Formats: sequence, structure tokens, C-alpha cells
Amino acid sequence: MNQTAPALGKDLVGLEPLSREQILAILDTAEPFKEISERRIKKVPVLRGKTIVNLFFEASTRTRVSFEFAENRLSADTVNIAAAQSSVSKGETLVDTARNLEAMRIDMVVMRHGSSGAARFLAERIPSNVINAGDGSHEHPTQGLLDMLTIRDHLGRIEGLKVCIVGDVLHSRVARSNIFGLLKLGAQVAVCGPPTLVPRNVRSLGVEVFTRVEDAIQWADVLNILRLQLERMEAGYVPSLREYNRIWGISRARLERAPRDILVLHPGPMNRGVEIDSDVADGPQSVILNQVTNGVAVRMAVLYLLAGGQPERAEAAKQGGEA
Amino acid sequence: MSTERIPVMDDTAVRRAVARMAREIVEKTGGTQGLAVMGIHRRGIQIADLLRSEIESAEGVRIPSGSVDISLYRDDLEAIGPRPIVGGSELPPSGIDGKTIVLVDDVQHTGRTARAALNELMDWGRPGRILLCVLVDRGGRELPIQPDIVGRGVEVLEKHQSVEVLVPELDGRLGVDLVLTYPEVT
Repeated sequence: MNQTAPALGKDLVGLEPLSREQILAILDTAEPFKEISERRIKKVPVLRGKTIVNLFFEASTRTRVSFEFAENRLSADTVNIAAAQSSVSKGETLVDTARNLEAMRIDMVVMRHGSSGAARFLAERIPSNVINAGDGSHEHPTQGLLDMLTIRDHLGRIEGLKVCIVGDVLHSRVARSNIFGLLKLGAQVAVCGPPTLVPRNVRSLGVEVFTRVEDAIQWADVLNILRLQLERMEAGYVPSLREYNRIWGISRARLERAPRDILVLHPGPMNRGVEIDSDVADGPQSVILNQVTNGVAVRMAVLYLLAGGQPERAEAAKQGGEA
Repeated sequence: MSTERIPVMDDTAVRRAVARMAREIVEKTGGTQGLAVMGIHRRGIQIADLLRSEIESAEGVRIPSGSVDISLYRDDLEAIGPRPIVGGSELPPSGIDGKTIVLVDDVQHTGRTARAALNELMDWGRPGRILLCVLVDRGGRELPIQPDIVGRGVEVLEKHQSVEVLVPELDGRLGVDLVLTYPEVT
């Protein structure tokens, strides 16, 4: 009787391995979850009794808090571990940390890690569900999903849209998750940034490359502006922040030359006056705070879908009749 | 496995039952003050719409409506394998606090759906009163939750029989069928 969503499997490591249907299932599931955050009592019992560990080896405020809200609103029990205060700083390996947590009977791990591939590494070694909250420069799937949900909210579709990712594409897990997800949903994707910060083989993913941000603005329906990490300047990728802003920064004057209104996204935290000017960040085309709101709904959807039931128990339940 | 459908109620019979249920609701509540009708996803919503328009035309008032999707309140999520698609719930515009909520489902069976819907309503607020209203009561209760207003009781064997309410929006017609399932003869 009940329609079911396509299964996601045990883990969410990235958007690259997911199918179009699986991505759409997450976005569609996120829709009803938005309403829960508007309730007076912002809680549903669907993950009651599940224990989730938020294991953050890198500093994060937005993503960690967003996951925590999502977990709490689904009634899960959560524990936060920040690497700096944990046994990791005493030299414990990732697998040992995870096995120790497993021994305390947990159900899911949400992990942020500085090494690309850390999420898959962990997912293959522990029976709990693993959700990648960002691993090195590999993927940040829930960010990609919330970006797509926000675009769909405002433009009504993803298919056929032109989305340009601007900035430090080379080091960006957000860029990779966006590229994989958007292409699967039928968008055209381009990247634009200093040649030192655009991966050389990026065209092989099916992505266009713009070398001038003015050209990207002429082409795009949506700009997803990446944060310029200040250490990139120290490493010599860009000469100075001021120069970066002058050549690559998104300003109101630049947006006004676009042939159409462009939707502006930024995964945060913003460097105002570097990759994005304040009059754009706070302007009418900015949906940056909508992204943050949608982040909670998308993470609720992912947690809900991953914590799904066990197929082997499904048969037994069928014998017992419908709910 | 083969199935056979035996019509139990046709379009006219359902509409007559709904008309009587509407009168019963207003009689029980002594008027339409503070009344709101909420259907349980999915076919409860269509039955709720029928009930609401019946009350509205009989009493000459507008009744607020809403819907409840119980997916996140099910007690069998651990067991049912793939996740059900969540349909989304909608509060009546005037809210539910202090209101008389007519909670409508198509079929009542174990009582577990009604339990889930009641829990969801309680998380939303504090209704003054809740009336449970079902088009078909097929028996087989597993929880002590009984409907206040019933369209028709249908005797159904627990095995190989079920009742399906059909609505024009999803099934092309309005009616109630008894569905018999015959196991493969070997």
C-alpha cells in the first residue's frame, strides 16, 4: 500500500555514486521535513532510540550545528566529538576511534575529516551508517544537496539550468559534490576561477570552464560562489586578496551587467569583500540564508532515508499485517 | 496468487454514508464552532474533503481543513525495509489548539494508524477534542482505539481478505471493495 523511496544503501559518501533517482528522492523527502522546523514543537519521533556520533576532525560550525538540529528534530540521541579534545590527539587511528565508538553501540556516524576518501575508508570498516560531512577535497554531499534544493525552490527546476561555480574549485569538496549532483539532474555546469585554482582535467567531468568571471555572468542562471581560503594566498595560488576581489569577486556592478537575474549561492563562511561583496551577499538575488535553512531539512532527509528498516525484517512485518 | 474484488459500496452508497456521518459529527459537537476536519494521508484526505463539503453545505459555513501524514510516527519503521515516502502534513490555518478536530481515515483496522495520527496531533498542539471518523471499520484492532463515527462496518477475515476504499482522485471512482486473495493451489 505504501509507496517507498529508493534505497540509498548504508552510507552517504558522496553524490558521485548516487543515481538521479536517489538524489531526487532525497530532495523530495526534504520537502516535508522543512515544515517540521516551522512547528512549535520541532520534533518528530522517527529516529527515536538511534544514537548518532558527530565526529568532526576539522573545525565546523554551520555543518555540525545543522546536523545536530537535524538529528535532534528527528529525536535521535547525539554525541559530538571534536578531534582536538579527543583521543585522536593522543595518536589513535581513525579505525580504532570508530571501533571504540561501535563498541558503545552506536547507529550512525557523521564525519568531517581533512583527508579525501576518509568517509569511504570508514564506511567500509564499520557496520554503522556513515554520512560524509566533508572529506578533504573529495565531497561534501549534503552541501551539494542543499544547494540543489535551494536552486529548485527558487527556480522551480534543476534540469536545463546553467550553474557556474566560482572560485577555488581545485580544493573544493563543495564544488565536486555540486558538479556530480547538478550534472545528474540535467543542469549545465561551468567553473570559473584563477587558473591556479581550477583543476586541469575538470572538462573531462563534462564541465565548461570560464577564465573571465564576466563571461560566466553572461552565461549563468546561478552562481555558486566558493569561499577563498586564506591559506591559499599564503601558498601562492593567488597574489593578494585585493587582486582576487578585483578580478574574481562578485560585485553588484558585475551582476547588473548580466542579461538576467542570477541566483547567488555561497556555502559559507563568507569572506565579504573577497569572493563576494556585501551588496551581493545581502542583495535580493542572494539565497545564502535559505541554503542554511534548507541544510537542516536535507540532512533530516538523509538521516531518515539511511536509517531505514532492515529488509530481512520486512517479511516478518508483512506477515503481521499493515500498520 | 489471484485476487477477486467484490464491491461493498458504490458511489451513491459512499455519499449517503458520508452525508449521515456529517450529520452525526455536527450532532455530537453541537454545531460547527471550532470545528476542523483533518484527513489522514492518503485516502483519508479525500474522504475528509467529502465530509467537509457535506458539513459546509448542510450548515452553510466554511470549515477549516488540514492533513496528517503519519510516516514519521509509524511504529514499524524498523521493520518495513525501504523508507516510505513522506507526504507532508498540513495544519488547518487556524491551528488546532482548543479546536474540535475531526480526524478522518478511509479504513480502520489495527488502530495503529490512528495512534500515530493522534501522537502527531499532540506534538502540534492541544486540541480541545478529537473525533475519529472512518468510512469503513474492518475490525482487527490491535490497540484500544475505537472510531467515534463509522460509515460502515465490514466483516473481514484477517487472512486473504482486505478492504479497499477507492477515491476518484487516485483510483478513478468512488467506492469500497472487498478484495479476496486466493493462495496458489499446488
